[in-house]
Amino acid sequence: MIELLDIVILGMMVVAALAVLWLRDLFAVAMLSGAYSLMGATLYVLLDAVDVAFTEAAVGAGIATVLMLGTLTLVPRQEKPGKKPSLAGLFTVAATGSLLIWATLDMPEYGDPDAPIHHHVAPRYMKDSAAEVGPPNVVTSVLASYRGYDTLGETTVIFTAAIGVMALLARGRRRKP
Amino acid sequence: MEVPGLFNYWMAIVLMMAGLYTVIARGNLVKKLIGLGVFQISVFVLYITMGKIKDGTAPILPASGSAEGVVFSNPLPHVLILTAIVVGIATTALGLALVVRIHEAFGTIEEDDIQAIEESEA
Repeated sequence: MIELLDIVILGMMVVAALAVLWLRDLFAVAMLSGAYSLMGATLYVLLDAVDVAFTEAAVGAGIATVLMLGTLTLVPRQEKPGKKPSLAGLFTVAATGSLLIWATLDMPEYGDPDAPIHHHVAPRYMKDSAAEVGPPNVVTSVLASYRGYDTLGETTVIFTAAIGVMALLARGRRRKP
Repeated sequence: MEVPGLFNYWMAIVLMMAGLYTVIARGNLVKKLIGLGVFQISVFVLYITMGKIKDGTAPILPASGSAEGVVFSNPLPHVLILTAIVVGIATTALGLALVVRIHEAFGTIEEDDIQAIEESEA
């Protein structure tokens, strides 16, 4: 059942991604990208990544959609028609896509417990994090403790982006009489 | 019903290429940023798929009793992707702010119109 849902949701995501490419009304595109993100969140629940699903639903489907709708109040809502399909773009995408698919032939199969990724540091996190860090949620332990520097870097990125957004938008406001 | 071995990776690649083509071929700057978002989520799907273990459960230890015999999926990709989601929203916000500024300066958010204005001014 869960496997069937996995296939169906991935199929719906492909349809949403193609509709984003196809539609010209940017409001519809913004809503579709929110729906796409929410489908992604559902897929993460199926793949056992509940923390990621929460974050994706709140940040990806929530905040990102609000930011896009906010932008659309300031810029035109329709994409200009008449843009021809890009042959160079199609070629690039086809070449990159086939190279990537060729590269996946070496990958471990879906759900394979013997995949190398499951035998490096993850077993140690599962075994020792309760004693070493405390929270029952191992993702929290890894995020805040074992890989705390990543999270510090993430905070720096958000801070920098916030400064950038404020600098860009405040400048426009000052110009007006 | 089984998910065929590499199916999730292939679907992630299809989504990735749809996002990449949106970024390359569409001239509207908001559309390009949304295409980038589509690309981003496809990468998340790729990573989260790698962390899944068959018959596994979310990596949360039971409050009482032992976790003996319970299979947990790998928490490491989850952590990396949590960071990536938040960094992604930061870049999207910055990109959208730039689009708003470009619209103020040029009066359009279509790539070729902006290019035409720049060439006529040069």
